[in-house]
Amino acid sequence: MNTVPDALVARGLTRRYRMGEVTIQALRGVDLTLKRGELVVMLGASGSGKSTLLNILGGLDSPSEGELRYVNREGQAHTLSGASQRALTRFRRHHVGFVFQFYNLISSLTARENVAVVTEIARTPMAPEEALALVGLGERLDHFPSQLSGGEQQRVAIARAVAKRPELLLCDEPTGALDFRTGIRVLEVLEQVNRDTGTTVAIITHNEVIGDMADRVIRLRDGRVDDIRHNAERRPARELRW
Amino acid sequence: MLTLDRKFLRDLWRLKGQALAIAVVIAGGVMTLILSVTTLEALSGARDRFYASHHFAEVFADVKRAPLGVAVRVQEIEGVNLVAPQVQAALRLSLPGFDDPIRGLAQSIPDGRQPTLNRLHLVAGSLPEPGRDDQVVVSDAFAEAHGLTPGDGLEAIIDGRRVALRIAGVASSPEFLYQVAPTDLMPDYRRYAVLWMNQRSLASAYGMEGAFNRLSLTLQAGASVEAVIDALDLALARYGGTGAWTREEQTSHRFLEEELNQQRIQATVLPAIFLSVSAFLLSVVMGRLIQTQREQVAVLKAFGYGDGELARHYGLLTAAIVLLGWALGVALGAWAASGLATLYRDYFRFPDMPVRVPASALALSLAIVAASALIGTWRAVWRAVSRPPAEAMRPPAPQRFRRSALERALPAALLGQEGRIILRNLGRHPAKAGFSIAGIALSAGLLMVGAYQLDAVETMIDQQYRQVLRMDMELTFVDATPARAAGELRHLPGVLAVETWRRVPVTLSHGHREARTSLLGMEAEPRLRQVLDGDGRAQRLPEEGVLLTRYLADQLGAKVGDELHVAVMEGQRRQLTLPLAALVDEPLGVGAYLTRTQLNRVMGEGSAISGAWLLVDPARREALNAALWEMPAVAAIGRLDEAERGIRDYLDETLLIAALIFVAIATSIGFGVVYNNARIAFAERARELATLQVLGYTRAEVARILLGEIALLTLAAIPPGWAIGLLFSRLLNQAFSSDLFRIPLVFTPQAFAFAASGVLAASLLVSVMVVIRLGRLDKIRVLKAVE
Repeated sequence: MNTVPDALVARGLTRRYRMGEVTIQALRGVDLTLKRGELVVMLGASGSGKSTLLNILGGLDSPSEGELRYVNREGQAHTLSGASQRALTRFRRHHVGFVFQFYNLISSLTARENVAVVTEIARTPMAPEEALALVGLGERLDHFPSQLSGGEQQRVAIARAVAKRPELLLCDEPTGALDFRTGIRVLEVLEQVNRDTGTTVAIITHNEVIGDMADRVIRLRDGRVDDIRHNAERRPARELRW
Repeated sequence: MLTLDRKFLRDLWRLKGQALAIAVVIAGGVMTLILSVTTLEALSGARDRFYASHHFAEVFADVKRAPLGVAVRVQEIEGVNLVAPQVQAALRLSLPGFDDPIRGLAQSIPDGRQPTLNRLHLVAGSLPEPGRDDQVVVSDAFAEAHGLTPGDGLEAIIDGRRVALRIAGVASSPEFLYQVAPTDLMPDYRRYAVLWMNQRSLASAYGMEGAFNRLSLTLQAGASVEAVIDALDLALARYGGTGAWTREEQTSHRFLEEELNQQRIQATVLPAIFLSVSAFLLSVVMGRLIQTQREQVAVLKAFGYGDGELARHYGLLTAAIVLLGWALGVALGAWAASGLATLYRDYFRFPDMPVRVPASALALSLAIVAASALIGTWRAVWRAVSRPPAEAMRPPAPQRFRRSALERALPAALLGQEGRIILRNLGRHPAKAGFSIAGIALSAGLLMVGAYQLDAVETMIDQQYRQVLRMDMELTFVDATPARAAGELRHLPGVLAVETWRRVPVTLSHGHREARTSLLGMEAEPRLRQVLDGDGRAQRLPEEGVLLTRYLADQLGAKVGDELHVAVMEGQRRQLTLPLAALVDEPLGVGAYLTRTQLNRVMGEGSAISGAWLLVDPARREALNAALWEMPAVAAIGRLDEAERGIRDYLDETLLIAALIFVAIATSIGFGVVYNNARIAFAERARELATLQVLGYTRAEVARILLGEIALLTLAAIPPGWAIGLLFSRLLNQAFSSDLFRIPLVFTPQAFAFAASGVLAASLLVSVMVVIRLGRLDKIRVLKAVE
């Protein structure tokens, strides 16, 4: 494992929010390293801080304290903690793909256009058609989100996330709004993207079963890393049951 | 095309209803500006061109009678450019088939030629041939009112003698663009005529051979008007000069100038009100519109779109809406302006009056709406982009709600679940609710301004013709006449009552301020022509001292008890000092009033009168007209009902149409605001409303929440709307006050009702649209997806 280079290195991350009159401590010091090309599942109950962590890893949010470094394919390290909004935007634009629980497609754009919105600003993107073919939606290019099922929408969201060839694919409860069968289909796509493109994939979920398809399972509790488990062997997504 | 631009087009299409409503708000503001400025430019441009091309004189002087040689001497006064002496005579006309008395003014022109100054604009026929005594040119308005054409004949009484005349031509003149009889406020084209005759024939008919009684002149560039007038007055004093005056005091010009002033005010005050209201609403509405798109902003940000790119995207959306509204406003404004200009052209009889929208108005209106839209958009975009995207994408956390004082005060059973939701929604976002209320209140205020204009004009005319001028007919004698002539009038057929009056032209001064007007001497307790106090009650005239119209006293800076200096402009040109005894409140004109006995005394004359007011039995009007025609001493006969009809027609055709246009604009703005409020409230609550429906609430119950909110906001907006309306009306009222008329500050219950029902009707219409939309709400999708 030592030969695999780091992709993202977090040390002592904390995050506090002010919600009206109370301060919420979402992260209480997280140490974590994501390796290039690995598939990580982060498990945790509601309020364990997993979404907050994912947002910080993806440059959507900044830590209150601690250090976060991103290492690109050329091996150059960039510090993200304390970086400007402009730098974070650049990081997201060129290196990160997001998949959200509620898909967050732009309803006025077709599947192809939803992907194009991202490929147009990326450096070395795939063609939107190629990205959609990758998730098995090559036939539904010109459908609007309202004409697609939940699973199809989530696959468009994945196509949108991978089309820019990100080095990091971050998925927040990607199956959370889907039924079992569709959920498996979506996980298969993530698995395939990780395998075929070497993209580092982090999935957060509260579904324990999904942990079986990961290289590593990181369990969060109360804003801290509670436990890290290495799977000797990744189970194919299609074999998962819940 | 970039995908983001495609999104912009689709968003625009999706938001078309709201975009159109916002565009209407913008269009309303822009339209007022374009309409007012365009009309103003068209009017003043047409006037200036006509003045220039027809050599309108700059200074005028009347004398009793001066030999023509005096005009040559006037020519030598320093600063004088061109001089045109004329004979001018008041006359009475009769036309076959028209029974009412017609007043007229005859002016001489050089035999068979155009005058040097105040040239005629011939519409038909030609100038009188040289040497012809009977040929005249008549004013176009009069000719049109009676369908007269060259070749038609008419009969005149000039200086007590009957003359048969034939029309050679029809013309307009820069001196009589506004053809109004000397004592009238409004033109009566059927009963007032201006005639032009050969110098020789008018002079002989009027006993003015080798002489003139009217002088017009122009000045050299850079000449001092005051110096010329002083020299002129000095030169003409021994010929019975009554003091020269400038264009500013020339009747037609002054009326025209008043009209332009009205337009100028309309072009500043109303657009300022309308544009600032629509700018405010625009910025609020655009802000909230973008607020509803914050999840999309967050998603785009998550994928690495920069703030600049997003700002451009939403800026484009704003720009499209603004341009649409602006174009709509310009088109409607130009269209309304050309309509209004046609009315004014007929009215002022300009030979040509091209209507062009001034580029400055286009630029100004675009700059104002663009700036206000950008402010609103910028604020909202900034709010949207400055939030961490992760936070924006999550369904909003339940916000802190509280029981409001109002809710605690009301019994729980009375409110019900829906009432509670409404109150807490509004209480949670007091700023948002405040903006909505402010928007609706401003629309209500605009509606009230419109209603006020209509009401106030009505009240003004009623006051003037029901309370102040109560006579049926006003007779003016050729010369001051002994008061016993009134006895003769009393015996004429159909005359029910007679009151006599004496009018003397004067210049009033107080300190360094002065005003040209006339002293009107009346009975101590005039019944046919009342002078009103501040409460609208008739006042008795004091034995000593003079009463002034409040507006005139303010102009002079005079208070009750102050001494006024009075320079009489006729006869022996006495210099008098009279105390200001009281103030008169009347809506039209400015005057100075005193008892006739006092006026006769200070003038050093016996009991002389200048005219009389009559109360007439309508059934015997024809017999009276016939009898008056036989009385050459009567120079002019004015009918008050005709004068009132004239002023009403005029106001109906101009001011009221303008007011109606503004009411229409206010209504559209109101609708635009209420509609957008409702749509945005709908978008903001879609999730909540869908949840309630999923929980088993019926559509009607859910609709009640939304409609209840709209209704509550509308009701809450009505009282401040009234207050805003009162404020705007007061502004307008102050701006509109002139010495021609003061619109009274009156508010009828109907004006309040109109403002309230306007916004309520808009709310009702919007409610229907919301209920329809609610039916189409896809509950599951709204709940599952974050749009």
